[in-house]
Amino acid sequence: MAIRDETRMLLESMNRLFEDHCTKQVADAAETGVFARTLWDAVAETGVPLAALPESAGGADAEWSDLYAALRVAARFSAPIPLAETMLAGWAAAACGLETSDGPMTVGPVRMADTLTLARDGNGWRLSGAATRLPYASFATRVVLIADGPDGEMVVGLNGTGGGDLAAGKNIANEARDTLSFNHVRLSSDQAAPVKGGVSRGALYRRGALARATMMSGALEKAMDLAVTYAQERQQFGRPISKFQAVQQNLAVLAGQTAAAVAAANLGIEALSEADPDREEFLIAVAKTRVGEAATLACEIAHQVHGAIGFTKEYALQLSTRRLWSWREEFGGDPEWAAKVGAYACRRGADALWPLLTDG
Amino acid sequence: MATPTFRFDPVEMPPEAREIRKEVRAFIKEHEHLMGFSRGEFNRDFSRAMGKKGWIGMTWPKQYGGHERTSFERYVVIEEMLVAGAPLSAHYTGDRQSGPNMLRFGTEEQKNYFLPRIAAGELAFCIGMSEPNSGSDLAGTRTRAVKVDGGYKINGTKLWTSNAHRADYAILFCKMSGDGKEEPDRHAGATQFLLDLKTPGLDIRPVINLLGEHHFNEIFLTDVFVPDNRLLGKEGNGWNQVTSELSFERSAPDRFLVLFQMLREMLRMAGPTPDKATAAALGKLISQLATLRSMSISIAGMLQEGLNPNNEAAVVKDLGTRYEQDIPVVARQLFPTEPELEAIDLYTSMIARSTMNAPRFSIQGGTREILRGIIARGLGLR
Repeated sequence: MAIRDETRMLLESMNRLFEDHCTKQVADAAETGVFARTLWDAVAETGVPLAALPESAGGADAEWSDLYAALRVAARFSAPIPLAETMLAGWAAAACGLETSDGPMTVGPVRMADTLTLARDGNGWRLSGAATRLPYASFATRVVLIADGPDGEMVVGLNGTGGGDLAAGKNIANEARDTLSFNHVRLSSDQAAPVKGGVSRGALYRRGALARATMMSGALEKAMDLAVTYAQERQQFGRPISKFQAVQQNLAVLAGQTAAAVAAANLGIEALSEADPDREEFLIAVAKTRVGEAATLACEIAHQVHGAIGFTKEYALQLSTRRLWSWREEFGGDPEWAAKVGAYACRRGADALWPLLTDG
Repeated sequence: MATPTFRFDPVEMPPEAREIRKEVRAFIKEHEHLMGFSRGEFNRDFSRAMGKKGWIGMTWPKQYGGHERTSFERYVVIEEMLVAGAPLSAHYTGDRQSGPNMLRFGTEEQKNYFLPRIAAGELAFCIGMSEPNSGSDLAGTRTRAVKVDGGYKINGTKLWTSNAHRADYAILFCKMSGDGKEEPDRHAGATQFLLDLKTPGLDIRPVINLLGEHHFNEIFLTDVFVPDNRLLGKEGNGWNQVTSELSFERSAPDRFLVLFQMLREMLRMAGPTPDKATAAALGKLISQLATLRSMSISIAGMLQEGLNPNNEAAVVKDLGTRYEQDIPVVARQLFPTEPELEAIDLYTSMIARSTMNAPRFSIQGGTREILRGIIARGLGLR
């Protein structure tokens, strides 16, 4: 009912694209440290990575809800590309009048503890500090960072790693998570601009958390699909294991958690159009909390249903579950976001809880 | 993907839902003295007052006393009432399932007689499904109807019949008496009747629950006569009808809102600046609730479209009962107290009531195991 035709068409075409270009071989190969260039080029060709930008900036004025839905599709296929990061980098850069790129981009800081500072240097700037666990920094054609300037937050756009020191790292799905350090690195005046148009470290962190929550809901759909299919194929005691009630009950729980994850991520996505930033933060926090809970329960069941085969590199389940275990902690884990939900609700007071839930 | 997925499209409430919410909150304020916590109070005056407001049978056709409002407006009325702890028992069963069941399967005469009375809050229904030896296995019902001149003669026993001692009618699920041989089709002969609870031959006895309260009853039926015009639907179509009735029962939001007040008291105990662990424990429950509510509203959207969200309703009920059963568990970890039902301290009495009520959440309206079986069937596993 609420799904628009444009959205449906976009998702169908994304689905076909990933079916063609994002096989298990592609996902496996990306884990060896080689960027999935062919896949990226095919995705970039669609214009989706920069579609949120205004037409004047080379975008398509697309709805964020559609782009998040596309992230969910990409995650079903464990696509080893910085699609969310490029979308968010493009958003932050374009809103503040900085250059964007057709190539893969990344954006940061992705961790609230990191600090980057900009100091004036003649008519340019000097950038200091470190952005840790920056997704795909080693492969990014542009890196977009938010730093503390003398008069408040500023967005910085770098070509590649832009003179920073790169220390390669990865998450347990072997997706690049690199640390980029800057020691008084000189930037020209047009490489930095004050934040505008709703861009801020807080907003980036929220949108990043929501991107991970949405991607997790897609990865959960995939894990569930694998588990249900496998249970119907795998024979033990002379019949498919899906015929055993114990297995059926587990799969029913898996399906429930997956449905809850998709619904929770959608709650966060809808909140992006909320006028009230507190409410946006509240609903995104709800999303990351609930999806994280679902991921923990669902990964356990998906593996239990698969038995030993699910524990192998050869079988695809681990592509989804290792991502779920990684993404669960990125942009803040569910305990952190749950504490935000609770703190916000308590600050408003017990009697404001029901209005908080209903007055959206 | 090959696997069927359950559909919970995001739904936005229409503006009229926002309007009615204000009205309902004002009404609740007016009746504040009647609100309680997880008590299932039966109050005919309150039901009549709700009937006057047009808040029973809200989505039914006007010609049968309904109000042709949207499923969303109905949803808002129900969720506000549940959260407030309003005494809904005298009309809720009729509104939620008996009325819709009649609307679907009843005769013109039945619809004209019963529906306006239910919608006015005048006629209370209860559910005549479970029996001593037929709980989850509803098809194993032993209550038998025999065709006699002008009607049916019914013998058997019903159990766990909430409010039978206060209601006016039950929708009775039973089987037509066969030739005594085991039917190969376990659903064959199943039939529903609209049973007037004042009919001679009925013996309604209380079954006291573990809180010491009287909601349940056991009903003994001895040669109970039901006239032809109180057969609901068709003889032998009862399985189809009762399945539909159960899906009405399960799609309601009362599967995750009855302990809301307890969650609210936990927030009060936590105060405005709780420590991080307390905030996280409460935040997890609130996140579950917000998600359940959005899934449930999505179901209201499907009902509005005329769809049959059977599987989705089972998913929400399964997740909802888990969440509600977790509330007293989390409460005792965060704010320990020795539970006492009649304690003056509100929180202490709530933890007593919710701890004792919790087991029934995953039993009534279909056990957790039955619901997960339904979900598994929806996944194509059975």
